[in-house]
Amino acid sequence: MVLEFATAIFAAGWITLLVAASSLVLATILGLAAAFAKLSDSRALRILAGLYTFIVRGIPDLVMMLLVFYSLPAFLNQIMETMGWDMHVAFSPIGAGIATLGLIFGAYMTETFRTALQNIPKGQIEAAIAYGLTRRRLFFRIMLPQMFRLALPGFTNNWLVLAKATALVSLIGLQDVMFRAKGAAEATGKPFTFYLIAAGFYLMITLLSLAALSFAGRRSTAGDRKLSP
Amino acid sequence: MNWDIIADNLPRYLEGTKLTLLLTFASLGISFFLALPLAFLRNSNNRVVQYTVLAYTLVFRGTPLLIQLFLIYFGLAQFSLIRDSVIWPWLSSPMVCVLAAFVLNTAAYTTEIFAGGLRTIPVGEIEAARAYGMSGWTQARRILIPAMLTRSLPLYGNEMIMMLHATSLASTVTLLEVTGVARQISLNDYIQFEPYMTAAAIYLTLTFVLVSGFQLVQKRWAGYLQSRIG
Repeated sequence: MVLEFATAIFAAGWITLLVAASSLVLATILGLAAAFAKLSDSRALRILAGLYTFIVRGIPDLVMMLLVFYSLPAFLNQIMETMGWDMHVAFSPIGAGIATLGLIFGAYMTETFRTALQNIPKGQIEAAIAYGLTRRRLFFRIMLPQMFRLALPGFTNNWLVLAKATALVSLIGLQDVMFRAKGAAEATGKPFTFYLIAAGFYLMITLLSLAALSFAGRRSTAGDRKLSP
Repeated sequence: MNWDIIADNLPRYLEGTKLTLLLTFASLGISFFLALPLAFLRNSNNRVVQYTVLAYTLVFRGTPLLIQLFLIYFGLAQFSLIRDSVIWPWLSSPMVCVLAAFVLNTAAYTTEIFAGGLRTIPVGEIEAARAYGMSGWTQARRILIPAMLTRSLPLYGNEMIMMLHATSLASTVTLLEVTGVARQISLNDYIQFEPYMTAAAIYLTLTFVLVSGFQLVQKRWAGYLQSRIG
């Protein structure tokens, strides 16, 4: 019986990974956009991006999720009611989960990318301009690759926190690893066993990610000049 | 909008805020004293000791806090040995379980932060302490621990904010801290916008105050590291 429930828990791993991967994509896009906004010449963009990271990083993940899942639809419905429209908005747990996690980790990615962008050696950008690269090419050929290399440790760290944060989506009803573990715990009266199995799943993701990081880290720093010992 | 309901419930939010702060600082306070020796053991020359501490920090940093909390609060009841023991009245209380989970979790992060700080202390400082004939204990007390703490300050500040935010999970095991209060009002009064917005505003304020306070502390205690770089 334990084996059957354990299989069900691991089968839900796909949901967890889907939520985590989708949120990561969203967070990366948001993070890139906000990082460039923070470093842009436009004051309005800088303030907007600053406000975004300040607010999102000041509110707990769980509260943010409740805000997106419960408060936002309630707010929209109230507006539509006053406007006299006959519509009703509700979000699915998976949609709200991905949107929330993307929003939250977008703010953390912003800081990671911004630091990385600032740490690109100026000479490389000057050299690219001297070679007559257009702005587009400068961005795609020089800045983006260099930024990703410098952002790799922070990026991986954000991913590790993000993967664990997906467990919160079970609280708004998404049938992920955590949700199935809870179900199995309540059905069998063996909560310790099944939460431990779920914990094992997350630990596996962490260990695999760390292994991937050390591989990618070795590759991305292959050309670094090191001080001779 | 139903902001009058929020106004009526302000005293409950105040109680919730007190509990949130209590959970945050109690967890941070206890884990601080656990992390100090663990950071030294993490850098110990004895491989067995070093890897034991690493295993602890890896497991607690590699799994969600929510699961750790559920393992302690719901999970321990599975074992009749624990259910029949004298500590059961303690372990069946949500407050004790929440604190235990938070302390174990944040101590793991803090250990790694402190151990990292310990590794970045310049060898010269340690050699100088030895040259003065300080004993191991005096070295730790006068040189290593202060240097380790000042170097860990920025990361430790982040960990404090993380802990403040993590206390919102206590609402999942019935504790009425800020998030718990918001959930209760939302369920009782059938409103879903105002309670959570209020909770978010409280957390935002607490975060802001904590971050500002921490910057002052950093200037005061870790300023000497700054001036050396700049």
